[in-house]
Amino acid sequence: MSTYANKKGFGATLWDYLTTVDHKKIAILYLISGGLFFVIGGLEAMFIRIQLAIPNNDFVSAGFYNEILTMHGTTMIFLAAMPLVFAVMNAVVPLQIGARDVAFPFLNSLGFWLFFFGGVFLNLSWFLGGAPDAGWTSYASLSLHSEGHGIDFYVLGLQISGFGTLIAGINFLVTIINMRAPGMTYMRMPLFTWSTFVVSALILFAFPPLTVGLVLMMFDRMFGANFFDVAAGGNTIIWEHLFWIFGHPEVYILILPAFGIFSEIFATFSRKRLFGYSSMVFATVLIGFLGFMVWAHHMFTTGLGPIANAIFAVATMAIAVPTGIKIFNWIFTMWGGSVKFTVPMLYAVAFIPTFTMGGVTGIMLASAPADYQYHDSYFVVAHFHYVIVGGVVLGLLAGINFYWPKMFGTMLSEKLGQITFWTFLIGFHLTFFIQHFLGLMGMPRRVFTFLDDQGFNTGNMISTVGAFLMAFGVLVMVINIIITSVKNEKVGNDPWGDGRTLEWAIPSPPPFYNFKQLPLVRGLDPYWVEKMEGKKEMTPAEPLGDIHMPNSSILPLTIASGLFIAAFGALYHMDDKTWTLPIMIVGLLVTFGSMFIRSVKDDHGYHIHKEDLMDDKDKGGKA
Amino acid sequence: MKKRLHKWRLIALLGIVGLVLSGCGEPFLSALKPAGDVAQSQYDLLILSTLIMVLVIIVVIILFVVVILRFRRKEGDETIPKQIEGSHKLEIIWTVIPILLLIVLAVPTVVTTFDLADTKAMDKKDKDGKTKDALVVNVRANLYWWEFEYPDLGVVTSQDLVVPTDRKVYFNLTASDVKHSFWVPSVGGKMDTNTEGVNQFFLEFDGEKAEDSNNVFYGKCAELCGPSHALMDFKVITKSKSDFEAWTKDMKASKEPVVEGDLAKQGEDVFNQSCIGCHAVTPNDSRPEAARQAPNLATFGEREKVAGVLDHTEENVKKWIKDPEKYKPGNTMTGTYGELSDSDINALAAYLLELKVEDK
Repeated sequence: MSTYANKKGFGATLWDYLTTVDHKKIAILYLISGGLFFVIGGLEAMFIRIQLAIPNNDFVSAGFYNEILTMHGTTMIFLAAMPLVFAVMNAVVPLQIGARDVAFPFLNSLGFWLFFFGGVFLNLSWFLGGAPDAGWTSYASLSLHSEGHGIDFYVLGLQISGFGTLIAGINFLVTIINMRAPGMTYMRMPLFTWSTFVVSALILFAFPPLTVGLVLMMFDRMFGANFFDVAAGGNTIIWEHLFWIFGHPEVYILILPAFGIFSEIFATFSRKRLFGYSSMVFATVLIGFLGFMVWAHHMFTTGLGPIANAIFAVATMAIAVPTGIKIFNWIFTMWGGSVKFTVPMLYAVAFIPTFTMGGVTGIMLASAPADYQYHDSYFVVAHFHYVIVGGVVLGLLAGINFYWPKMFGTMLSEKLGQITFWTFLIGFHLTFFIQHFLGLMGMPRRVFTFLDDQGFNTGNMISTVGAFLMAFGVLVMVINIIITSVKNEKVGNDPWGDGRTLEWAIPSPPPFYNFKQLPLVRGLDPYWVEKMEGKKEMTPAEPLGDIHMPNSSILPLTIASGLFIAAFGALYHMDDKTWTLPIMIVGLLVTFGSMFIRSVKDDHGYHIHKEDLMDDKDKGGKA
Repeated sequence: MKKRLHKWRLIALLGIVGLVLSGCGEPFLSALKPAGDVAQSQYDLLILSTLIMVLVIIVVIILFVVVILRFRRKEGDETIPKQIEGSHKLEIIWTVIPILLLIVLAVPTVVTTFDLADTKAMDKKDKDGKTKDALVVNVRANLYWWEFEYPDLGVVTSQDLVVPTDRKVYFNLTASDVKHSFWVPSVGGKMDTNTEGVNQFFLEFDGEKAEDSNNVFYGKCAELCGPSHALMDFKVITKSKSDFEAWTKDMKASKEPVVEGDLAKQGEDVFNQSCIGCHAVTPNDSRPEAARQAPNLATFGEREKVAGVLDHTEENVKKWIKDPEKYKPGNTMTGTYGELSDSDINALAAYLLELKVEDK
């Protein structure tokens, strides 16, 4: 049992992470790879802003620019925001509900490796003849028209990583339904767990339409099908529907966890329970539900007719109501509280006005006739960056700062954190506020350059300056992480001092079995309840006993890598290369072979014995 | 008293918002300088929604500032605030008020949506199958150029859309290769040109406002369509009712162009050898759409821009013919007409700039 060893060599640590099924280590894997893709996507963003700093710039060529903008969007949504959200979910949700792990640890690992190999596959397109260039939406007429293999990388890469996301979503659904500690009723679940629950349901319903779209696209491009080929009777509008039936809920898949993180942070650093908890839960569920009713507002100019446009316009406006409820509940959580401005709290506080601005431009966009002007202009670019950066990224930065001690047992520097916060926030508003006006002044989105005499010069320059500030902020954060990791000063259970939920009742980082004895939950914010009664730890709900743990396994990695190999065969198969078929077969053999081994090999896991747990007393953090 | 003060503030606010927004952009390109009924109704919705939203933001910001100033934790303060579960009264307030605000916005939104989709006038045809009262333009978007066909007049033009002011102009919108989107920001919002089906909408060009921008509006493609998406611009030239009638007469009457000067004549020969397979030079192009593979050049000498983006000079015409790929990457003209010598190109440019309809 390698997990018992205190000091390990690099090889052993690496092997440990490659085979781990522990939700806390998978969270770290998600964090590292999501962070890496975030930096790649950020570099792409810098290329965009440098190119658009001045009119008629030739920093990058027109075709290459389209590849950059496509990969920026695709990377940021699928390969950065999603895994970072999963990182926080994995790190926190099992602890918040008082579970020893997720329901299916093996699947958890499989989900990660599928995402990882899909993402790597997609990014290899840069070195293998060019990246996809039809935008992250990859509208069918353009993507079928696109030459080279870029779009094929998109189609195959997203299918592989999409499997991973779907698996992760199902896993969290089952975990939250089945694995809650005694006393943890639904209406006592922390808001972050609630949002994870709702988001997992959204994933379950939203990703299949995307997969359907991608499969149809794959058949069109690789096997000569005609789903989207108009000349042969196909229809490209179907792609738009499929994509946005996925794409709109996807936005909520990203933002709801951020809402959850902020809810935890507001309550913690105001030393006050969340204002209007039940209406917050209700609003979360309602947003998730309405999220499926509004996809056609991305298609107001497609020509669906006034009836569809009017219905979707009103439905979209309706989402503002539950979102507004949340904003006011957060403000009133702070009202009358004792507010401490730590770095996570700074992000949370800055989030309120920033996200409100993104929200209100969302309402403006919902007004269909006015949207005919905004659609596909820089106004939209400004809007969704206010929502996604101002909501999701601020949420993730807050969450990473907030849960860093729980994940790694060390505190990030508050001073450097504040530098990151201010430069990132100011840079963000500088970059994107002006873009609302650029759009209204007639600048379409996704343009690789603009002409000199059209009034766009100043706005674009300001935007580029802001982008550099944001990049500086991220750089400081990386430095912060490195310094903190090198210093390695360990902290206790509740390093912020105001923890309310179960995760703060156990060591940082928690022992690999999380809870020696499952805790008894006696109310909302269970740890706070105990603290208020003068207790230092949770009341156990069970006597100390053996703990059943799953074994580590390399199989998730091999299953995912098989699909990765097979994808190369599928991709080049349309070029009539002879080596492609064997590659496909080898890849699928690896995948199905690994699945076969998993099926026939009896793996009952192992038990941690009661005696070992007693030895481990109060030193659980060293696991 | 207090209430009246509030109203005054609102009006001041409206003034400020109006000022800020109207100061923005060029009159020939900006949606903030509406030059027609469609753009105006969209602008009005923009202002209405902005006002409602600024109101919301102000309320949020006031509460927000009060909270972060009043409830800061003092150093070493260990008091535990009262744990408040919620307040039904407050929660109902911030549920109901937003709903009311949204209704204020939703009603004009729905009304305008239906108003702007009213293209019934296009369906009223006379005995010959021509549209009765409405002026109809068929817009066909192609990889980086636009074709404008006037089906009732039997006239085709490209890149420069010519329209009369102060009456509704109806559009049939379609694309011949990939999806594009037709957008003239200062005159009205966009509508996609899909590869399947035809979208219909109308615009109205305000005569007085058009004068502010010298009777030219800039149009853009608003849907990513390939490398040169950013360069897929077109121009809208507005004319008064009588000028427009004169223009249509000229266009209809226009026959094969007759050019003067040796150089231009030499250019005509080059054109007939290398270019005529795709480009037509008369506005009465009766070939089917599929045969019209490239912009109609009948009015090339009168165009606002070369290839939609370069200034309209002879030098730029030559540069364009010499290496179109440099100015519009991914265009469909590159490599279709062989190598032309410099003298061929000079002659061709001279010929092309002679192609005019109106001045004759």
